[in-house]
Amino acid sequence: MSHTSRTNDFVVRFANVNGTGSASANLLFAKSIYRMGVPVSPKNIFPSNIQGLPTWYEVRVSEQGYLGRRDGVDLCVTVNPQSLVEDIRSVVPGGYLMYDSTKPLHEEMLREDITFLGIPMMQICTAEYQDPRQRLLFKNMVYVGALSALLNIEFGVLEQLVSEQFASKAKLIPPNIKAMQLGVDYVREHLPHPLPFGVERRDLIGDRVIIDGNSACALGAVYAGATVAAWYPITPSTSVAEAFDSYCSELRVRPDGTRNYAIVQAEDELAAIGMAIGANWNGARAFTATSGPGVSLMNEFLGLAYFAEIPVVLIDVQRVGPSTGMPTRTQQSDLTLAAYASHGDTKHPMLFPSTPTECFDLTVAAFDLADRLQTPIMVMTDLDLGMNDHLTAPFHWDDTRSLDLGKVLTAEDLDALPKYGRYLDTDGDGIPYRTIPGTHPTKGAYVARGTSRTRMGVYTEKSEDYQDNMERLTLKWTTAQSLVPAAEIHHSAVPTRDGMLYFGTTTQAAMEAADLLAAQGQPLDQCRLRAFPFGADVAAFVETHDRIFVVEQNRDGQMRQLLIAELGIDPHRLVSVLNFDGKPITADFITKSITRSVTRSTTA
Amino acid sequence: MSYVKPAFRHPELPRNELGYTKHDYEGGLSTLCAGCGHDSISAAIVQACFEMNIEPHKVAKMSGIGCSSKTPAYYLGHSHGFNSVHGRMPSVTTGAYLANRDLIYLGVSGDGDTASIGMGQFVHAVRRNLNMVYIVMNNGCYGLTKGQDSATADVGSVSKAGSVNPFDAIDLAGLALELGGTFVAQSFSGDKHQLVPLLKAAMHHKGFSFINVLSPCVTFNNNAGSTKSYDWVRDHMEATATIDLVPLRTEITTAYDDGAHQSVELHDGSTIVLEKLAHDWNPRDRNSAVRALHAARDEGRILTGLLYMDEDRPNLHEILHTTSEPLNKLTHVDLIPGASALEKINAGLR
Repeated sequence: MSHTSRTNDFVVRFANVNGTGSASANLLFAKSIYRMGVPVSPKNIFPSNIQGLPTWYEVRVSEQGYLGRRDGVDLCVTVNPQSLVEDIRSVVPGGYLMYDSTKPLHEEMLREDITFLGIPMMQICTAEYQDPRQRLLFKNMVYVGALSALLNIEFGVLEQLVSEQFASKAKLIPPNIKAMQLGVDYVREHLPHPLPFGVERRDLIGDRVIIDGNSACALGAVYAGATVAAWYPITPSTSVAEAFDSYCSELRVRPDGTRNYAIVQAEDELAAIGMAIGANWNGARAFTATSGPGVSLMNEFLGLAYFAEIPVVLIDVQRVGPSTGMPTRTQQSDLTLAAYASHGDTKHPMLFPSTPTECFDLTVAAFDLADRLQTPIMVMTDLDLGMNDHLTAPFHWDDTRSLDLGKVLTAEDLDALPKYGRYLDTDGDGIPYRTIPGTHPTKGAYVARGTSRTRMGVYTEKSEDYQDNMERLTLKWTTAQSLVPAAEIHHSAVPTRDGMLYFGTTTQAAMEAADLLAAQGQPLDQCRLRAFPFGADVAAFVETHDRIFVVEQNRDGQMRQLLIAELGIDPHRLVSVLNFDGKPITADFITKSITRSVTRSTTA
Repeated sequence: MSYVKPAFRHPELPRNELGYTKHDYEGGLSTLCAGCGHDSISAAIVQACFEMNIEPHKVAKMSGIGCSSKTPAYYLGHSHGFNSVHGRMPSVTTGAYLANRDLIYLGVSGDGDTASIGMGQFVHAVRRNLNMVYIVMNNGCYGLTKGQDSATADVGSVSKAGSVNPFDAIDLAGLALELGGTFVAQSFSGDKHQLVPLLKAAMHHKGFSFINVLSPCVTFNNNAGSTKSYDWVRDHMEATATIDLVPLRTEITTAYDDGAHQSVELHDGSTIVLEKLAHDWNPRDRNSAVRALHAARDEGRILTGLLYMDEDRPNLHEILHTTSEPLNKLTHVDLIPGASALEKINAGLR
């Protein structure tokens, strides 16, 4: 494979040891490309460990703006002997491998079809720095400097970023720049440079920003007016709560130092969702963030909230589960768990953001929907979206926007009503009116509870009352179908009866795959789901296509199952494209899977 | 079945300072077994709220699952209630309390709901010192599933079916003390004279108020050999009261008494007067309360009354530095930073 003159189109993979300070150096590298106006997409692949195990950071640079993960590493920067064999194997033929040549490589590791770029990083740092910790940290800056010379990254951009990063610790700026300069100098004196692929300044970023999805969800919760957050630490959702804390400490503290918010680290996920439900019942906007194992523990409470009709927002940052092994890898595998969480007849709306911008928007939407529908709303993100930095549209807020707090009665409303019943369907949409404790001295009180109550809110065990309530909840579900965000539908330039359906972090890779397939003469219409229950638009998309590829990141085709179950689709029309190896899905994988499937069906 | 109590009451029922009669604090007709200790506790709650001049809608009634947790339907009919899931009343109450610090949170639970399935949430609620009253209606058995032993059943206690409980009981009051509970009391459902003032003091306390109330189960744990039966508790208390057991009676009053009374002045100027009969016990000294409880247990006595209180420990809102205005009253202006703040955030992400 030739790699000549490929400007702004390559993948660099960093192989590090976790806990060695490589993360900030790697981010610096990615951000320098962003600052040069070129689309970039970094992804962390890290172990469930704090120090000492292999961790990888992949940076895809794409002039065309493709932000999904791409197979094929053009340049691997390896500073971890533990994973060296695997790292050398990961490089595409014709590619490059940068390594610390302080110690020579074993001969049997060498490959004829790639170029080895040896830089004596440890030797350079040992000569330059006395403190062992500095020797380790600045080694990372040496390779960033070396990369700038190899890939034509403007050194001034790196200097600027380092100055911004250490603005409050100015003493650290010169030694960091010095370390990068040492890397540049070594490359200029000893190695062929620049490489046949590299970075060239462009203006392709527009006003886009770089941020992770968990921070964006947290910011969304701030703008949605959430005042109570209850959570329990679990990868990969922990940073949602931490970011909420951090934004609130900037944006929600009064001049007297008191806080317009309360955050509790609960004793477990059961308590976390219980607190969020209690707060919502009492008229505050509250949420929790967790991952699959947490959703499992929250099941009983989710059913209670469904039946008692209490709003609550749950952000599920999905990962591979359960227990140990792959909790730090990504997946979209909580769909059926979340959709039908709890015992009895229950189902819950889900929202599927695909970018940090959408994490913000859909988190705000989740709070409005929860209050409007008086039911749990799940925001389904995943580790890739939540914990990786993404190039994304800037956040937008309209100051004239008002929050939809739903059907809540004030004391005046209650005085004006001849009679109040908590579960009366006055408007015919299945959604009753609720009251907040403490509103009125003599009117509107009720006891929130589980399965059965009369429409007036009185405890009952009568079959007809139970059934009546369940039918109203079904009507409410129908109302939800029209309130959740619509799907995003793209029609191919060439008319086709084939469709592709995807959601969440599969989006970037799927859109790229659609371009690749179109170029191969396989046009696809595309439907990006943004919510469950599926609206009429999704039903129409399915109706108007003969064959639909459902692309998702789990083993069992969970979204396909939901489509079949909820829309009554003939299963043969929905063809699964499934990635479940724990790494973000790639366009290449989708393209190959669909091509294979098409070939099989045409030759069969 | 749904039950509605007749609404008629005598027109000249006494009224409290707010003009409410006791009827205004009542709830629906109880569906518990006739003679259930829990109904006496419900009656004590009605009495205490009436005497405390509490506006009924300023109370939130919280419960989990079990016979005890059904009781919120039987008192304070003008208050909102939340009959949540088994063992999880503390977390729901924590959330509710975070949302609005101005209501009185009256949580009821049972010994199964607290000492078994809900133990985790119970201990963390004590730790966080949320401002609530936590009543355990403790009958040593699972009533609603027909009489299985609970974790508070005493070792050697005989169930109705004749089996002998082989496990040591969990002492909930002792545990609450150990965990730093800031108001820990013990009482008996049959002793209204003690329970009503205790409830009043608990509602008055600005932190976690725990009352473990022995409340016999007439149907499944009122047999000979049970240590939570009416007969056992009454006989035992009577016997110990005349010899050496000492119910530590409390009542809120503004007057000092002489002799065996100890007056505890509260931060807001009101006073709890204790008829102090355990000579080496000081309600403000946790170690002394723990010692007294241990001594009583060793001698097979049930120590009742206010065991310990600490007004100085900050409650959860104080720990979190929450604003004094209830969070559920904050509006758009307090909560939404607006477009210009978001623009600044965007700028920091480039």
